[in-house]
Amino acid sequence: MSTLTTKTGSPKRRLGDLVFANLTRAAGLTILVVLAGVAIFLTVQGAPALGAKSVDLKGHANFLGYVAPLVFGTLLAAAIALAIALPLSLGVALAVSHFAPRRLAAPIGYVIDLLAAVPSVVYGLWGISFLGPQLGTVYQWLGDHLGWIPLFAGTPLNDGRTILTAGMVLAIMVLPIITAITREIFIQTPRLNQEAALALGATRWEMVRLAVLPYGRSGIVSAAMLGLGRALGETMAVAMVLSVGSGGVVSFKLLTASNPSTIAANIALTFSDATSVQRNVLIASGLVLFVITFAVNFGARAIVARYDTGSK
Amino acid sequence: MATLETAPSTGASLRGARLPRYAPALAGALSIIAAVLVGMLLSWSIAGIVVLAVLIDLIGLTTWSRLVENARAAKNRLVTSLIWTSLGIAFVPLASLLYEAVSKGGSQINGRFLSWTMRNVVNEPGGIYHAIIGTLLITFAATIISVPIGLLTAVYLVEYSAGSRTASWIRFLVDVMTGIPSIVAGLFAYALFSLILGPGTQFGLGGSVALSLLMMPILVRSSEEMLKLVPSDLREASYALGVPKWKTIIRVVIPTAMAGIITGITLAIARVIGETAPLLIICGATPSLNYSLFHGQMASLPVFIYYSYTQPGQNPEILQNMAWGAALVLILIVMILNILARLAGRFFAPKSGH
Repeated sequence: MSTLTTKTGSPKRRLGDLVFANLTRAAGLTILVVLAGVAIFLTVQGAPALGAKSVDLKGHANFLGYVAPLVFGTLLAAAIALAIALPLSLGVALAVSHFAPRRLAAPIGYVIDLLAAVPSVVYGLWGISFLGPQLGTVYQWLGDHLGWIPLFAGTPLNDGRTILTAGMVLAIMVLPIITAITREIFIQTPRLNQEAALALGATRWEMVRLAVLPYGRSGIVSAAMLGLGRALGETMAVAMVLSVGSGGVVSFKLLTASNPSTIAANIALTFSDATSVQRNVLIASGLVLFVITFAVNFGARAIVARYDTGSK
Repeated sequence: MATLETAPSTGASLRGARLPRYAPALAGALSIIAAVLVGMLLSWSIAGIVVLAVLIDLIGLTTWSRLVENARAAKNRLVTSLIWTSLGIAFVPLASLLYEAVSKGGSQINGRFLSWTMRNVVNEPGGIYHAIIGTLLITFAATIISVPIGLLTAVYLVEYSAGSRTASWIRFLVDVMTGIPSIVAGLFAYALFSLILGPGTQFGLGGSVALSLLMMPILVRSSEEMLKLVPSDLREASYALGVPKWKTIIRVVIPTAMAGIITGITLAIARVIGETAPLLIICGATPSLNYSLFHGQMASLPVFIYYSYTQPGQNPEILQNMAWGAALVLILIVMILNILARLAGRFFAPKSGH
């Protein structure tokens, strides 16, 4: 470098800027590359699954027949979780945003954060050793008295390790996510709307129904979808709690031993003992899970993004 | 935000009959007494009594309000009770889980438990030292991988490409990435290293790669929020003194946001330190101590908990109790990290100039 350019100093400065700017851009692109890499590597390693023999597919003729019951189980467990978690989280979010005294709001939020912090394997441990046996007696009662409802048909499982229990544990795990998002949105409700409703003589619940819930509708939808995405991909809690029925069952009976497995739990349970081809099959099923959760999260984030620009 | 006050109290003549202020508390107390009496007569479990008390309270208070006040007020009271009930239901699992962990795991924790490994330990309690070391090493390496990428991406989003289309796409995909199932991250690492190092490779660093995939999106979003909070006055003052942009970012912007960034990093560590599924696939499990991230299977606390409980061997009691002990240790680590994250804000706050 010549003395002249060092004296003015400007080329040196630009060099630093150039390097740093490109460094940050490279980091940003790395993330996109990694995301693409997930899809690519799972496809490459999962591709042999399409040619797998029925020995490696638990007796199913092709990969589709193998993965379909798992997709069913994944959706069923997530649906149960969402059905339980959504009303509860809306209740908790409303309690924090509109019903609880202000000094209680922070401690409640802290406890909900704690719920999110507990590792999934600990939830699994709790589900299999405490919640399952407790629910076993309840299931017995449900089976005896409400067995005519198709969902509760069949012989109830004594240790309670059914898809309903797994769904409940999942519900506890997605509750903090849904609560956090809906709480944020409920708090943002324009104050004038709320005061207008109260001024017209609305009770607090009528105010919530007329002002808060309509304002937060799309936020509730996207929060539910994000919770769904989490429930679809959650592994350990299901893998530990669920006692899987044999041969890829597809069944809506929630209390019996014929439980469909989920994609994630199936991978966790069978990966370590799998042969090379079986691992390819499991990776391919992981790709299916990735596509499903990606689509759900993509949709949820698209709603949130539209919501952010649309209503502020 | 403040809860809004319902109609201010005016003269009694202008309004309909109201339940006294203490009505919900009275109804609650009466329904608890009633439920306990019924429950003791029929010798129900505690859970049954609680459910009954809640039901009596819901029905009783609503009916009382319906009789004295009006239908709208009754509905308001019903919904209020339901909302408090949902809050209660949400807290029960956490309380039960913590109680189980402390009562079953607390007695396990002693010097031997924390300093031994499971190597050559059969039919007697061993220790979880190897698992703790594995968890710390794997998580540490994951942090080393993801912090630079995450922080630089956040800098790119805030400082270099604000408002551009690339930035909004990166931001959107990072958000979508937060939803990647942890097991998929594990499969990704496994597929990647199977291609590079040969099929079936299991080692610690692979787990770090999988965990960093889960950490990066969290770090990007939390650091981005913190960088956005840095006032632009500071940047402009620095530019006005002739400081180049990159130096401004490194010496002014990032130090100002440091407290928040450290908090975000700590919370991200707390999020991934309990991940089990990816480590199950890419790190495997071993009863021995392994200090090397680069070769050989590596134990970790979550995987230890999983295998100890589900495959306890001949003497199930011993390993299953150890699983609870390890679970308590893991919960404590996560909670300490959460507390540290809150404290970090104070320690790393920028020194004010006056």
